[in-house]
Amino acid sequence: MDMIVCCKQVIDPEAPPATFKVDAATNKVVPPQGVPPVISPFDEQAVEAALKIKDAKGGKITAISLGINLLRDVVKKPLSMGADELILLEDAAFTEGDSWSTAYALAMAIKKVGKFDIIFCGRQASDWDSGQVGSAIAEILGLPSVTVAKKVEVADGKVKVERVTADGYEVVEVILPALITVSNELGAARYPTIKGIMAAKRKEPIVWKPADIGVEPAKIGAAGRRTKLVKLFQPVREGKCEVITADTPEEAAVKLAQRLREVKVL
Amino acid sequence: MADNKGVMVFAEVAEGKLSGMATELLGCGKKLASDLGQELSAVLAGSNVSGLAQEAIAFGADKVYVVDDPLLADYQTQTYVAVMEKVAKQVTPKIIIFGQTTIGRDLAPRLAFRLGTAATVDCVALAIDPETKQLSPTKPVYGGNARAIFAYTTDPQIATVRAKVMSPLERDASRKGEVVTIAAGLDASAVKTKVLQKVKEEVKGIKLEEAPVVVSGGRGLGGPDGFKQLDELAKMLKGAVGASRPACDNGWIPDSAQVGLTGKIVTPELYIAVALSGSSQHMAGCSSSKVIVAINKDPEANIFKEARYGVVGDWKKVLPAFTQKVKELLAQ
Repeated sequence: MDMIVCCKQVIDPEAPPATFKVDAATNKVVPPQGVPPVISPFDEQAVEAALKIKDAKGGKITAISLGINLLRDVVKKPLSMGADELILLEDAAFTEGDSWSTAYALAMAIKKVGKFDIIFCGRQASDWDSGQVGSAIAEILGLPSVTVAKKVEVADGKVKVERVTADGYEVVEVILPALITVSNELGAARYPTIKGIMAAKRKEPIVWKPADIGVEPAKIGAAGRRTKLVKLFQPVREGKCEVITADTPEEAAVKLAQRLREVKVL
Repeated sequence: MADNKGVMVFAEVAEGKLSGMATELLGCGKKLASDLGQELSAVLAGSNVSGLAQEAIAFGADKVYVVDDPLLADYQTQTYVAVMEKVAKQVTPKIIIFGQTTIGRDLAPRLAFRLGTAATVDCVALAIDPETKQLSPTKPVYGGNARAIFAYTTDPQIATVRAKVMSPLERDASRKGEVVTIAAGLDASAVKTKVLQKVKEEVKGIKLEEAPVVVSGGRGLGGPDGFKQLDELAKMLKGAVGASRPACDNGWIPDSAQVGLTGKIVTPELYIAVALSGSSQHMAGCSSSKVIVAINKDPEANIFKEARYGVVGDWKKVLPAFTQKVKELLAQ
């Protein structure tokens, strides 16, 4: 199976909310001090989905990342997990796009890669939480798409996907080639092994610029946006917590229950 | 852009009835249509759904487009995108809104790209910009840490709306409206997917989304055993048990209990968060709770910025004593 996984470098979503800050003048998030970026968690699970298939059926996994200031330690994580090849669309012209213009660049890169059976994406990136790039790539490449997969199994040139629904899941069979987005219900992504990390260190990513993948500059990144960002802001937090204290945790617990009864919550 | 007119709502059907989300969308759509001075329509797509057209009118639609076809019995991206493409090209609405549901989050983006336009997903506010007269969507981003407002450059302007944010109109069975039937026109042989099976995970007791009380556990519980205690407390309070994503990912509780940005959105009267840090992604699922109570041993945990009442302490000591006291109080 030839598989492609789109992986995005993002600000660590696990960074404490207190470190999150928006620069209102530029409509941009200020990267938190001392917290390195990571691969968006759902994208890691997309790599895991591909690795499970590679474990079962063999094959090749190509990871693709788009952006600038891509830290090699970060974007090589799919390699250290077991992916075979890494392609970087590293150029400012690719950045500041919306789902559409970003997907267009990724789709053109995938066209250049050429051979694939499955394209995996995370269900949504932990920064913009849009969950559209996968569908857009599928639309551009004319592929069937199945989203929010929790299990992906290959048999006889077809793929069986269990996808998450509001009250359980459904099993969808799809003809290849196809695009699948992956959700956390797939299970935790594997940790890189020492062997994997060493192998990744030796692998050089392939770096492509817009000219390498034949994209029209007006259709990628900021230039190609169909939606404009008008404002990015932090909602004002007004909450004030009444912390119940006592000499022991057990006493505090009792006081809490009494307080809730007092205010008619219990 | 000038030719597109009207607000269109994709009205989902659940168990033979108009879904709660559909009625919320109609309420939201009514305001948008009224600000534009244009018509509100609903699309009912599925199998055996035509009987619900009058219901959509009762909840605010001026016109209902019905696409009733056995091939639409199960949701599939390819068939529903094809049908909505046909409807959108025939009706040329200015705005199309979906629920941020299993269907909506899959259908809206692909439809937008099919139509050469764009979608904004999981919106918590939708308005008509008074100057530009275009749709102005607001959506949470960065896991809920921030909000973003966008502007469209193409029509139709597509958005999905978060559940339980908008309000339905009063149901008025005497409302009049027009019903238009549109043939699905699908080619079954061209469909590349097949739904083999649908599995409904049995939820014991009350559904999370309907529970008046939710007791949730997080990573700090350290394992599945803590959830047994939460279950006891939830049952006592006639509520349901929820969980943060890490607890589910660790297999301590089924995924169906996940409350959060990519899990369930709950709006109980009382939300008790036990050993749960209160990450933005989790808060996205429970911040609309009337009262949030936190039990966490870390005084710096974000949950204390979100909760109304809290105790800083080890849940292993706090929870049993709290549960016991609640038992006594309820017995009085």
